Amino acid sequence: MQNALQIVYLIPLLPFIGFLINGLGRNHLSKSMISLVGCGTIFASLVLSVWAFIQVKNGNAGTVTYFNFISVGDLTIPFAFQVDQLSAIFLLIITGVGFLIHVYSTAYMHSENSPHFGRYFSFLNLFVFSMLLLVMGANYVIMFIGWEGVGLCSYLLIGYWFRKQEYNQAANKAFVMNRIGDLAFLIAIFWIISRVGGVNFADVFAVAKGEVLHRGFSETDITVVTLLLFIGATGKSAQIPLYTWLPDAMAGPTPVSALIHAATMVTAGIYMIARSNILYSMSPVAMNVVAIVGLATALLAATIALKQNDIKKVLAYSTVSQLGFMFLALGTGAYVAAVFHVMTHAFFKALLFLGSGSVIHAMGGEQDIRNMGGLSRKLKITYITFLVGCIAIAGIPPLSGFFSKDAILLSAFTHNKIMYGIALFTAMLTAFYMFRLLFLTFSGKFRGSQEQEHHLHESPAAMTIPLIILAVLSIIGGFVGIPEIFVHGGDKLTAFLSPVIPQQPAHIVSHSTEYFLMALSTGLMIAMIIFAWIKFRNYRRSEAAGFGKVLENKWYVDELFEKIIVQPLHKLGGFLKSTIENSVIDGLVNGVGKVVNYGSRQFRLLQSGQVGNYVLLMVASMVLIFAIQFFLRK
Amino acid sequence: MIPVLLILIPLLTGLVTFFIKDEKMARAWSLITSVGTLAVSVAGITVFKDPGNLQRQYEWMQQLGSSFSVKIDGMGQVLCLLTAIAYPLIFIGTWKTQYKKAGNFFALMLLAQAGLMGVFVAMDALLFYFFWELALIPMYFLCSQWGGEKRIRVTFKFFIYTFLGSVLMLIGIIYLQSQTPDHSFSIKSFYELELSNETQSWIFWLFFVAFAIKMPVFPFHTWQPDTYEQSPTATTMVLSGIMVKMGLLGVLRWLFPVLPAAAYGWGNVVMTLSVAGIVYASLIAIRQDDIKRLVAYSSIAHIGLMCAAIFSENKSGMQGVMLQMFNHGINIIGLWIIVEIIERRFGTRKMSELGGLAQKAPAMAVFFVIIALANIALPLTNAFPGEFLMFNGILNSRSSFYLLFTIFAGLGIILGAVYTLNMIRKIFYGEVNAVTGAAMDLQWNEKIALGIIVALIFCIGVYPQVLLNMTDEISQAIINKRHVLEAISK
Repeated sequence: MQNALQIVYLIPLLPFIGFLINGLGRNHLSKSMISLVGCGTIFASLVLSVWAFIQVKNGNAGTVTYFNFISVGDLTIPFAFQVDQLSAIFLLIITGVGFLIHVYSTAYMHSENSPHFGRYFSFLNLFVFSMLLLVMGANYVIMFIGWEGVGLCSYLLIGYWFRKQEYNQAANKAFVMNRIGDLAFLIAIFWIISRVGGVNFADVFAVAKGEVLHRGFSETDITVVTLLLFIGATGKSAQIPLYTWLPDAMAGPTPVSALIHAATMVTAGIYMIARSNILYSMSPVAMNVVAIVGLATALLAATIALKQNDIKKVLAYSTVSQLGFMFLALGTGAYVAAVFHVMTHAFFKALLFLGSGSVIHAMGGEQDIRNMGGLSRKLKITYITFLVGCIAIAGIPPLSGFFSKDAILLSAFTHNKIMYGIALFTAMLTAFYMFRLLFLTFSGKFRGSQEQEHHLHESPAAMTIPLIILAVLSIIGGFVGIPEIFVHGGDKLTAFLSPVIPQQPAHIVSHSTEYFLMALSTGLMIAMIIFAWIKFRNYRRSEAAGFGKVLENKWYVDELFEKIIVQPLHKLGGFLKSTIENSVIDGLVNGVGKVVNYGSRQFRLLQSGQVGNYVLLMVASMVLIFAIQFFLRK
Repeated sequence: MIPVLLILIPLLTGLVTFFIKDEKMARAWSLITSVGTLAVSVAGITVFKDPGNLQRQYEWMQQLGSSFSVKIDGMGQVLCLLTAIAYPLIFIGTWKTQYKKAGNFFALMLLAQAGLMGVFVAMDALLFYFFWELALIPMYFLCSQWGGEKRIRVTFKFFIYTFLGSVLMLIGIIYLQSQTPDHSFSIKSFYELELSNETQSWIFWLFFVAFAIKMPVFPFHTWQPDTYEQSPTATTMVLSGIMVKMGLLGVLRWLFPVLPAAAYGWGNVVMTLSVAGIVYASLIAIRQDDIKRLVAYSSIAHIGLMCAAIFSENKSGMQGVMLQMFNHGINIIGLWIIVEIIERRFGTRKMSELGGLAQKAPAMAVFFVIIALANIALPLTNAFPGEFLMFNGILNSRSSFYLLFTIFAGLGIILGAVYTLNMIRKIFYGEVNAVTGAAMDLQWNEKIALGIIVALIFCIGVYPQVLLNMTDEISQAIINKRHVLEAISK
């Protein structure tokens, strides 16, 4: 069935064609035409992705090679796609959620004029294209192409409103921070090449498992490679220390945030580690690092989210925190749980971001939740869907977030009790700040201006329908991974992914413990929601003070980075430029020049500036040297 | 016949151009002849690529042991193609720039092209030196006659540097010739030399300083930003896009195989200099306000990577360099074309005085962003496979500091993103101001030149194998030659 899969190249190619059409034709096409091309190409990809998924489900997973991208000496890097269980799931998430975001964008961005509208949709398509390349690549290099591609697209879209230099700074920050991670990824690739001689997933994993006799891919090598790959993942998936770009990335239009946070970009790091699970499982050191960094990020971001007042910033930090959960899952060996959480998170985070876009749209661009309140009456659909998103992310059964988060918590529990405690506490914070957000926005009295109040309206169907679809998915999305204790064979996801992610020898906990843990977390979440309800149902504005101020200012991490990295480098550059370059090196050279100049003036043989004389000098010296040589030979 | 044609066409048509007084005629004439050269160069790669067409030998200064021996090998193919493509692009891209005494200007440009072609195909050391100087002399005139305000001082500096390099190299060449049994300058005799390690060790520096100045590698680089800044942009394009490759080619063809023990022995020193230069130049680039100087320093960083990769002494590094020599030339010419447009339209190259151009000139912004991203080696642009192979070469080199070199060279990737994105931001984004308010977008000639460059960027970015296939054999030969000699010298 290799031949049937051959056409999967269309899945990324179609969005790329959409990018070209909208990018080149943005001055000539009408907005409806641009929308049609933008959404149509993604929809076609979605259909093909569904087809590919069915193929995989029927046992036709495989790799298709198109041509040799680079072939130098012993090293061959084919341009090849791998369509298997893992990439098929990601294909569905990317094209499915991506398509809804595209549809939503047609209404959200409608006030843009048509060249900019075209530019927006072309970048959006390019984003999906890059992400598809990332998950379809059959080796680390093709993955890296998509990897840097999504970095580029995030840069282009965060800085979409390029007249504001502040936004452009945020875009640059995103790109540069990603590049730091990318460098580690690259070095990991070179390391793999030096040890394995190739970059194809199949070859690398076969060598690692010792199935192929090889000059050696030792345990140390595997640890180095996995740690380097993880540094790469911290950049793309916004983990400590490279997470500060993601909250700033909300400078872009809101649907872009949804795309970055849900369907593309940040899930790349999870995908990469899940894809390399065979390597990670062989390195306990790397696993522990991943788990600890993930957990620390989850906690740190959750504390920051408690005190943010920008609707999108709260969501941004919640993404960082949820990604931390996913890394915790990866680090404790629960790869499937991580992928599961990527999926459910894609549904409810896209829903929440698009919902926030609907709110911002209605509020005429206002993003500060202290100026909102009581929106539930005017924005009914937005409110209900947003509520669904909040319940889902808080992890209340039977919504999707419960199942995926429960899988992560259970894995943490079997791994280490302290980790479980911190994770559970972080999950409680999640429930609290999400419902703070919900109540501040939708409950109580309206706190904005009269003009805003007058203007309040529900968004058009192109925006609410994607919200409704995502809400339904957020409700039912968890049913693909029902724990075995409820329904035997309910965990379809683990079974489906087993060819890519071998089932780990699970630490069995007794049924009663598992029931108890579920009940405990559900009870705690409900308690936190009630607590938030009491505290924020009738919010009155107050300034943060003391520790709250530290949280509001995000632990001053940005300021710290500025002080210890950015400024010193800047100063070093200035020092090199003015002191070393101009005084030391150039001074030396100019000194030589002056001596020559002086000598020349003495002999009146040449004057500086008369190039003719230089040539004369050069010819003369050549003659001289030949003469010397002539005598030497004698 | 092909290599002879590649030298003769620009040489003869260049001499004719001195007598064309009408500016438009001179311009059109130069463009037509450069397209002719391009056609011959392409023919040499495609139709007439059997060895008979790619080499020639004539008698020339026989009494000195020299002959007019030319041959296009794989590396020569790539570099001749670069030279041949670059010239029409330069002429089209700067079509609207006015020059006084245009006939002389274009004549000197074409003479420089003849010299460059000669350097890339010469298989005789004296001939190599002859063309090396033939390429440089027109550059002095171009820079000193048509350059900016500080041109005299700057040309003088440029001259002192390159003159020093040339003299050292000439001494080296003559010494090597005296060591050959048949007192010949031919490359074959040079390759068969078996010098003691001590001799190789000091001869190495005679050659390397000359090549390092030309590239330029830190700390031999301070002529470069000044010269790039002060030269007329068309000249800067030749200098930065093509001429720096003379130094790289010199190392690959004339230094490495001839002095293998020294190249091995000094490898760590050279790589340290190159890698230090990457970080050094990148940090300075971050602090530049003048676009030309920024691009100049960025070029030092890129060349540093290429130089380091050569000394990684493996196939990946070598082929990466040969691929990147072409890409770097194309990309930097693209950047200069836009810099030239900005300077001509707004009278300033200071980024702090520009801003908001994306609103007024969206096409220019798109082209600039693409070329700038290619300059920082984004995947699917041409520079990515080149840099990938070079980094891979460095990490897999036999140097005991391979990891340090890779990490420090890698810092260039990050810092490169910093200054490149800042440049884009300051020039194109933000609000328009008094300077950029009345900006015009690209004109037809600029669109053609930039369009070709962008097409090349993506074609090579997706299928770099076109160029890699050309350099496969020659890079292997250089490495094998080294291995054979190493075995002997032990």
